[in-house]
Amino acid sequence: MAITEDEARKVAHLARIAVKDADLPALAQELNGILHFMEQLNEVDVEGVEPMTGVEPMRLKRRQDVVTDGEMQDLILKNAPDAREGFFAVPKVVE
Amino acid sequence: MTDLNRLTIAGARDGLRKGDFTSAELTEACLDAIEQAGVLNAYCHKTPEKAREMAAAADSRIAAGDAPAMCGIPLGIKDLFCTRDVPSQAASRILEGFLPPYESTVTQNLWDAGAVMLGKLSMDEFAMGSSNESACYGPVVNPWKVDDRQLTPGGSSGGSAAAVAADLCLAATGTDTGGSIRQPAAFTGTVGLKPTYGRVSRWGVIAFASSLDQAGPMTKTVRDAAIMLGAMASVDPKDSTSAERPIPDYEAALTGDIRGRRIGIPREYRMDGMSDEIDALWNKAAEMLRDAGAEVVDVSLPHTKYALPAYYVIAPAEASSNLARYDGVRYGHRARLEAGDGVVEMYERSRAEGFGPEVQRRVMIGTYVLSAGFYDAYYNRARKVRALIKRDFDQVFADGIDAILTPATPSAAFGLGEMSGKDPVEMYLNDVFTVTVNLAGLPGISVPVGLDRQGLPLGMQLIGRPWDEGNLLNLAQSLESAAGFTAKPSRWW
Repeated sequence: MAITEDEARKVAHLARIAVKDADLPALAQELNGILHFMEQLNEVDVEGVEPMTGVEPMRLKRRQDVVTDGEMQDLILKNAPDAREGFFAVPKVVE
Repeated sequence: MTDLNRLTIAGARDGLRKGDFTSAELTEACLDAIEQAGVLNAYCHKTPEKAREMAAAADSRIAAGDAPAMCGIPLGIKDLFCTRDVPSQAASRILEGFLPPYESTVTQNLWDAGAVMLGKLSMDEFAMGSSNESACYGPVVNPWKVDDRQLTPGGSSGGSAAAVAADLCLAATGTDTGGSIRQPAAFTGTVGLKPTYGRVSRWGVIAFASSLDQAGPMTKTVRDAAIMLGAMASVDPKDSTSAERPIPDYEAALTGDIRGRRIGIPREYRMDGMSDEIDALWNKAAEMLRDAGAEVVDVSLPHTKYALPAYYVIAPAEASSNLARYDGVRYGHRARLEAGDGVVEMYERSRAEGFGPEVQRRVMIGTYVLSAGFYDAYYNRARKVRALIKRDFDQVFADGIDAILTPATPSAAFGLGEMSGKDPVEMYLNDVFTVTVNLAGLPGISVPVGLDRQGLPLGMQLIGRPWDEGNLLNLAQSLESAAGFTAKPSRWW
């Protein structure tokens, strides 16, 4: 499988990373190099093998469904690039 | 008193308890050493005032007779750990200015034990790299130097390794996703331990690949690694994969007796084109363990060859998901917007400006292998191969092997800039002996065993059974004492 410039553009958009058109050919080539390296995995017989999700079979831990933390709006907003009136502020998202 | 910064944790602990010196003096010696070592670029954020306060508090505790092993010990902390009100930016531009309002569980455990924070240590951006060259602070320089070249300390925990090797702290925290503790330890003649997945809490450690990440100690000796692991490890309700298992006294496991232990030598790790020096050192290390009473046997881990490609599917996939949080909204860098720019332009430009090239590459690869149509071909296949890699280890351990001996790295430290412009896959090959351990969730330790012809340190790796850090450390200490590695970089900085 080879990644074309168009596919590289699509991946960059899915990843929400702006890439200049002029940089797409080099990006496609790099991604192809890495994918080519991964294609060694096709040599392995994985018939009947369950995909591994974690190193120790364990049930996800549960806890009481109660409030354990909160009341720290100032701390949560402290690092925001733009916070106003107790909210995170972003460019307009609805027309 | 001079040169207190050159002490080990064990030596400093004993001296502090006897009253030979104070933590304030020990801390001052480290702060002086840091000031003189600016050229190494190991520390990215220094916290001398905090260090002095913490040292004074530790001295009071020691005077009151309440002194855990780590009390008064000055440490460097990898920039990946969130430390309250101290910059914690994973060596990335995207987290510039970020001041965590909370403390990671590991660092909190260390401060509760009385340890002293000297500052934050540089690393590869988001722990993605093997040379420390992707740090937004510029590369860290290895204190080891044999000609006019500046060498890499390895990565991603390169600042930690350089600081320990140059005595800019007594020990440091590291994290290891594919070899990021063990490779830099090997490149700097220090000891680096990656614990079993789940042994040490990941809470408050900036995530790279959550099913592989594990924090561990980087120290001058194996004994120090045992002491520090005991203080870092905990059962943590804030980390859903933290293991509910008691934490043993790791230092007490260092009995020096390894008679009857069975050490496996995996034939698949004897790679084509491996340097004869590393091969010879590997044989020598096996002999040392045999002389100490262990039984050395050949074993097979047939899927080894596929560990690296499986890792470079799984780790970027998890990274692309974890790093989705850097969106310029809640913290970190936001690009300057132009009139008419919407929220998507804000995301795309903030991330393009904030992430360096290697991070961008891995996020995009991860996005690709998880995207519709490729999920089965790449991601699911890699997870199946991961299951086979783990099965290889399970079988070897079921056959009665206690630990596995391999080289830690395919070479000694290389020059800064030597890998730039090469295919990214070339850099990935650095992890060839270490990634298997992360994929299988096992504990692994790198121990300095000798110098190569140029005079640079080489390390050997011991891989243990899950949750068996005690026996692993005991074997590592046996190797350490047989090798008698005492070389230090000569001071040129």
